[in-house]
Amino acid sequence: MAGIRDFLDRAHPLFAKGGKFEKFYAVYEMVDTFFYSPSDTARGAPHVRDGIDLKRVMIYVWMATFPAVIVGCWNVGFQANTAMESMGLEQVDNWRHVFLHYFGYSADSFIANLAHGMLYWIPIYMTTFIVGGLWEVLFASVRNHEVNEGFFVTSILFSLILPPSIPLWQVALGVSFGVVIGKEIFGGTGKNFLNPALVGRAFLYFAYPAQMSGDTVWTAVDGWTSATTLGVAKLDGMAGIEAAGINWMDTFLGVTQGSIGEVSALAIFIGGAFLMITGVASYRIVFGVLIGMVAMSVLFNVAGAESNPMTGVPWYWHLTIGGFAFGMMFMATDPVSATMTDAGRWIYGVLIGALTVLIRVVNPAYPETIMLAILFSNIVAPLIDYGVIRANISRRERRLATPSPAA
Amino acid sequence: MELVNLAIKSIFVENLALAFFLGMCTFLAISKKIETAFGLGVAVVAVQTITVPVNNLIYNYLLRDGALAWAGLPNVDLSFLGLISYIGVIAALVQILEMALDKYVPALYNALGIFLPLITVNCAILGGSLFMVERDYTLAEATTYGFSSGLGWLLAIVLFAGVREKLKYSDVPDGLQGLGIAFISAGLLAFGFMAFSGIQL
Repeated sequence: MAGIRDFLDRAHPLFAKGGKFEKFYAVYEMVDTFFYSPSDTARGAPHVRDGIDLKRVMIYVWMATFPAVIVGCWNVGFQANTAMESMGLEQVDNWRHVFLHYFGYSADSFIANLAHGMLYWIPIYMTTFIVGGLWEVLFASVRNHEVNEGFFVTSILFSLILPPSIPLWQVALGVSFGVVIGKEIFGGTGKNFLNPALVGRAFLYFAYPAQMSGDTVWTAVDGWTSATTLGVAKLDGMAGIEAAGINWMDTFLGVTQGSIGEVSALAIFIGGAFLMITGVASYRIVFGVLIGMVAMSVLFNVAGAESNPMTGVPWYWHLTIGGFAFGMMFMATDPVSATMTDAGRWIYGVLIGALTVLIRVVNPAYPETIMLAILFSNIVAPLIDYGVIRANISRRERRLATPSPAA
Repeated sequence: MELVNLAIKSIFVENLALAFFLGMCTFLAISKKIETAFGLGVAVVAVQTITVPVNNLIYNYLLRDGALAWAGLPNVDLSFLGLISYIGVIAALVQILEMALDKYVPALYNALGIFLPLITVNCAILGGSLFMVERDYTLAEATTYGFSSGLGWLLAIVLFAGVREKLKYSDVPDGLQGLGIAFISAGLLAFGFMAFSGIQL
């Protein structure tokens, strides 16, 4: 560790004002503060001393996604290996075989599945990280702000909500749109009003629906079609899910079709619990989303229409299928784009949960909806905060207007 | 039930501001504060609720092909006078509304100020009337459509004002300050409203 410090100290003059690489100070600062706590302190008058800073918050979120990454990668491999087995394929005929022939293609082997999945997720993540990182550093250098760990979070979340078979140039395009339009033009982390990862995802979804939805994109084997549980439910409701032989435990554990990181509700809940216990994610938002979703789906269950099979899907299925769990834990709780007031967080959460089920049920055009529900709620969030603050102001005015009996 | 569907559709799915991008000039100019945006939105709702049904009556009983049959002129088609009649109705109604508000609700009148006469040139209002003609609405449908499309516009501008109040704390590059970032934000807002496009009731 001392070696790193030495190296950084020796490199410092090159990047400091007047140095050779003055323009790239942001990069130096990023590497330095990644390894060590920054030495400078707050100078403005009112500030609170707290061990937790933005860096720690962001790195906690990053770490909390690991269970979802592991299960997600295993599942990508498992789905691919199972598909290959039933198609009678011995091996993949692309560069992945160079690595995969060490592990084999058995769907029963944990390692083989994990390796196969990793070979899909890692390129996606690398692309996200490099392309998005380039934009981030570019803006930081030109505009003289710091490179923020917020990007760690955006990049890993973005890579986890993509289907495994997505072409890498689309990944690059999506993350560019998300980082630049969704965040950097507003001034970087903390200044944006929409979740950048979701902006990128939504951009890809509307621009390239063929690679982002449908039945062929979820398994990374050419020519294999298999619908997501949500896709099946959209067509035939619970009857369809039963006919497809999917049981609830599969969707809970993550042995099902879907985007890389969204499949396993269990792994997401483990990461989410960690975030809520450390206070990084607001439990008010998470439970708000849950309440909204349960209320709305119970409403549809009771009111259920014959013509729409989706109305019959009970809430515990809504919880585990599609991207609901991932959106609830990692996307809705983004502190920048969510509401800032406590009461507002409940309202915001309920709005997301209710809208998700509402659009899932009544909008046949979209297979997945929590992404759009969260984007819409991001837009409503400032207004919710405004309403909560106004209500508080008028409550206090009333309290002042009626003097307390003691006085 | 049909009317409720129409209302939901024109508020969310076919939002005048964020799906058709109508009334953009006022939408961008008067959305810096939530209060004023709300006041303007209410004025638009009021004007829209009156003008669309009135224009519907004018169209159905005076202008359309054969509409003058009641006056003994079954072969007269005055629909070429459509645009000018609708604009006339809108301008007149805004004037009347202005005078009525000035007389009976001076507080609201003062709060709205210049925004009230500005509604005359708001393309969302004329757009509402033209959509009504194009889609051949009945009087009941036209009234519902007028009210709910106005409400959709109100919702859009209030949401946009909320976002812009939040953006006061952002750090926008020099070249994009002001209208530039407002346009981009409006685009992203429309992105969020895509959640509703395609809803079938």
